[in-house]
Amino acid sequence: MKRSHLPVAYMPLVDAAPLIIAQEMGFAESEGIALDLIAAPSWSSVRDMLAFGRVEAAHMLSPVPVAMAMGLGGVKTDLSAVSVLSVNGNVIGVGRALEERLRDIGYGFDFADPMKAAAALAEVRSGPVVFGVPFPFSMHVELLRYWCEGTALGAGGIEIRTVPPPLMATALANGDVDAFCVGEPWGSVAVDQGSGALLLPGKAIWGFAPEKVLAVKTEWAESEPALLGRMMRALWQAGRWLAKPESRSTAGEILSRKNYLDVSPELIDRALSGQFTVSDRGEQRRVDSFVEFHHGAATFPWRSQAKWIAHRLQQSHEAAALPSLDEVARVFRADLHRSLLSEAGVDMPGASEKLEGAIRHKTAVASTRGELCLMPDAFFDGRIFDPEALD
Amino acid sequence: MSARLTVVVVEEDRDRAIAVVDAIKDTAECDVYVIGNSSALARKIAAHDPDIVLIDIDNPTRDMLEELTLASGPLERPVAMFVSGPAGGLAQTAIEAGVSAYVVDGLAPDRIKPVMDTAIARFRMVRQIRNELAETRRALEERKVIDRAKGLLMKAKGIDEDAAYALLRKTAMDQGRRVPDVAEALVTASGLLG
Repeated sequence: MKRSHLPVAYMPLVDAAPLIIAQEMGFAESEGIALDLIAAPSWSSVRDMLAFGRVEAAHMLSPVPVAMAMGLGGVKTDLSAVSVLSVNGNVIGVGRALEERLRDIGYGFDFADPMKAAAALAEVRSGPVVFGVPFPFSMHVELLRYWCEGTALGAGGIEIRTVPPPLMATALANGDVDAFCVGEPWGSVAVDQGSGALLLPGKAIWGFAPEKVLAVKTEWAESEPALLGRMMRALWQAGRWLAKPESRSTAGEILSRKNYLDVSPELIDRALSGQFTVSDRGEQRRVDSFVEFHHGAATFPWRSQAKWIAHRLQQSHEAAALPSLDEVARVFRADLHRSLLSEAGVDMPGASEKLEGAIRHKTAVASTRGELCLMPDAFFDGRIFDPEALD
Repeated sequence: MSARLTVVVVEEDRDRAIAVVDAIKDTAECDVYVIGNSSALARKIAAHDPDIVLIDIDNPTRDMLEELTLASGPLERPVAMFVSGPAGGLAQTAIEAGVSAYVVDGLAPDRIKPVMDTAIARFRMVRQIRNELAETRRALEERKVIDRAKGLLMKAKGIDEDAAYALLRKTAMDQGRRVPDVAEALVTASGLLG
């Protein structure tokens, strides 16, 4: 069988691991495909490469396809999010100036409690806290907004600006931003460079937030289902491999290579192991499954996740002619995910929507093979998002 | 309705920026401003209230421009990435030439075209020069690694330079890899063992 080459765009981040591992560990090859991975300089560039047909698939921020379906942003193309590539994996941190002030009031940098972190920040700020994020349509923005609304910081208590992570240290030094929310390894890079300290892992705000998705053009998904299925199966296998504790050091070594992330494997291991150094004083904090590639049907693109994102975007952008939430949520292709992966014997949830935030403990759910457990997905404020209740 | 267009070029390299600016000024009635990479890019651009923003497609600061496309963003007149509409073909050419353009809402295509044509030609030229430079640099880099690998083999196996190169080439062919990659692996391994 001749191998089909699939060009795929990605940003060099820890959560690009399923793509890199699928190619490097032979999961793509055993599906008869080769992923030609193209590192992109920016998220706009990832989106454009996909929109203009330079690549067939892309590692994409989960809110981007949702925002595009709502007519937000600079480019309009019909995209399908066919798999979730990673769940959680962001960190929130502060620059040195805020870190000093937080230490002065005795804040302990527990890297766990969003209420405490917000209360401490609210106490030391002298105006709105300016946060740098990688892209205007990102889980980073949505987590920050959700966190502020429900805490002492208050909805107007922060300002959000786009700053590419490689420029974050400069932006902090120049006072353009006071704090940041970024994906790993950038949080750990900031700690290592001595430009900031980490406050919270993203999962402290939403326990099971879809972070990156595999996005393809909808017309391509419909015209090339066989090829798409092969790619999705290879990525699913890579996610399962990544979830094994014994894979960790190999994964870190591969990701650290010059043509991928080009940072030390030790920095990458912090995200993969959940063992973080949160400040340049060397304080150690542990987070279980900081980033998830497999467990709890992590790859399944729940429509209800898309609805949560759409609902949040709707509140912050007054989109003129907004299609219904149901229509927007269709970009999360639970249907394709189920049909293309069940051939590989993957256990799939029976439903395509769930209450978001209702699971407090690992819970068994109805699935095709009856072996599926979902992981805790609670929001920090205990609220439950019911997509039905909105319509 | 002002006749002059305001164009902002985001470019860190001074010489490259001047080349683009001069060319645009020659073809269209417009004011052109250059902004280097900055952690406060979106606000600096907004201060000029531009009709067109031009940026290298590979510039990592491009994501900051995305804020300009939001109605609630720093520009009062939202801009869209220059992609579709009557000038659709031109957009594709622009992307291939390595320039991405953001154009303010409602600007007539015949006013955009001369600026874009010029920008495309200039960026294409710049890109070509840069690619050649990168290629030369890479070739030089590879040459160095191959020389070091040859040296290591000559010392370890007591063979001459030609034999060392032949061995590298044979290994590369057997493994279906490039000679520089095999050389690199050898140098890395020897660094670890030594």
